[in-house]
Amino acid sequence: MDAIEKQLHASPRNLRYILTITILILILFIWSLTTVNLDNIAESGLGIAAGIIGGILNPDLDLLFSFTSQGVLYLLIETIAIAFLGTIIGAILAIPLAFLSATKIVPKPVASVTRLLLIVIRTIPALVYGLMFIRVTGPGPFAGVLTISLASIGMLAKLFVDIIEELDTDILESLDSIGCNTFEKIRYGIWPQLFSMFLSIIIYRFDMNLREASILGIVGAGGIGAPLIFAMNAYRWSEVGSILIGLVVLILLVEFFSNRIRTKLVRG
Amino acid sequence: MYDKIFPPAEITLPNGKVVYEKKSRTPIILVLLVIATILSVRFTDFDMNILLKRWNEFFVIIGQMIPPKWEYLSHVWQPLLDTIKMSLLGSILGSIAAVPAAYFASSNIVSKPVASVAKFLLSILRTLPTLVTALIATFIFGLGTLAGTVAIFLFTVAYVGKLLYEQIENADMGSFEAMESIGMGRLQAFRYAIFPQVLPNYLSTSLFSFEGNVRYAAILGYVGAGGIGLLLNESLGWRDYASVGTILLMLIITVYLIEKVSEHFRKKLI
Repeated sequence: MDAIEKQLHASPRNLRYILTITILILILFIWSLTTVNLDNIAESGLGIAAGIIGGILNPDLDLLFSFTSQGVLYLLIETIAIAFLGTIIGAILAIPLAFLSATKIVPKPVASVTRLLLIVIRTIPALVYGLMFIRVTGPGPFAGVLTISLASIGMLAKLFVDIIEELDTDILESLDSIGCNTFEKIRYGIWPQLFSMFLSIIIYRFDMNLREASILGIVGAGGIGAPLIFAMNAYRWSEVGSILIGLVVLILLVEFFSNRIRTKLVRG
Repeated sequence: MYDKIFPPAEITLPNGKVVYEKKSRTPIILVLLVIATILSVRFTDFDMNILLKRWNEFFVIIGQMIPPKWEYLSHVWQPLLDTIKMSLLGSILGSIAAVPAAYFASSNIVSKPVASVAKFLLSILRTLPTLVTALIATFIFGLGTLAGTVAIFLFTVAYVGKLLYEQIENADMGSFEAMESIGMGRLQAFRYAIFPQVLPNYLSTSLFSFEGNVRYAAILGYVGAGGIGLLLNESLGWRDYASVGTILLMLIITVYLIEKVSEHFRKKLI
């Protein structure tokens, strides 16, 4: 037996573990197959698929480039505004919640309760919030803003907490030793550590909120979703095409810029 | 450009050397943010008065959700299981399909033009909101869980595919080249040199996307793509908030359990 063979035999054997997991996944897979029933497939499906592709290839250019309040550009700006304002409000609300759920800052029971609340907020789909807020403000982009702010709190606070828990407290000690007061300690010891990471998280969430905002129109909470649904239900595929093109281009652009800004922020 | 309008401050050090301190960008960014906020307020008809006057309406609805209507529980099981099945099936098939997709999108394995085209297609798929994909799928595959599964499948391919090709492009190419030099084909070398490197991360990403997919699947029923969203839409439409409470409670418990299980396995993988 040479060295190579010895090394080979020394490697841990977890064949049984992998086999169990594989079988488990296979069983789950077969179980989930039972949900698919193929008898529902609409016979017109192929025609509709062709219509959609045709619509995307021949978009309604007038709609795409018009500046009226029905045009794609206006709707996209409205969607951005909803996502932007929602992100800002959500971030402002998330910061105190994040501090309240950091075990470093508050006692454990308080932190656990806040964390549970955050999980609940995070799990409820944004569409449900949308339908609830429509009862508060009536349909329109305002409901969308409130929905986005509430829906972003959960994830923002969770990511904020991770940053807060990783705070380097040695710096506070050294600031203490040179005689800084509490305000100065926060300004020069904590703020610089948190600010850029928080900003990076907020920009990331803005990116996600833009996608959320683009579907909120489905429940009547403003943005580009409503016209999209109307156009689809009326089989106006070229309109659908122009809206989808506008949406995809916008999201890709925002993603590109947000990635660049975030790399810059994190690397300093 | 910015430095020309606001010239950097000149500081002369004690040893006579002159250094420049660039002016901070913070003020202009702040001004831009304030302008954007004001514009957004205009565009969205944001009205603090309405909010102050009617914010309690929101809590009235929440109040009606508590306590949940337990008799409704028997109606919830089937759609909830459907939702889980939809996301499971879509995630498994999607993760499998993501491997060839990522293979063709990695610029270090296939030629540049092919990789760019594949990347472009993947990013378009990823950008389309799942709900929109689901809506299109209901037109093609009819109402029901199949449409939802297709939507989740497409999103998973795009999401896992993107993260996987980033992994592949960052993988160590040494062993790949070594295997090619002893006469293996490109695919074989990929299988034995790259794939084992990215496998743990790939599995972890797939699990993570499954977690997210359960959440997405919960709302797909809203456009008729099956699962618990259908029920949610119905109860909300009837303003039967106690039933909505039941559905949401079950959803929260399910998502929480799935998250915990998947977190356990993901920690093991990395």
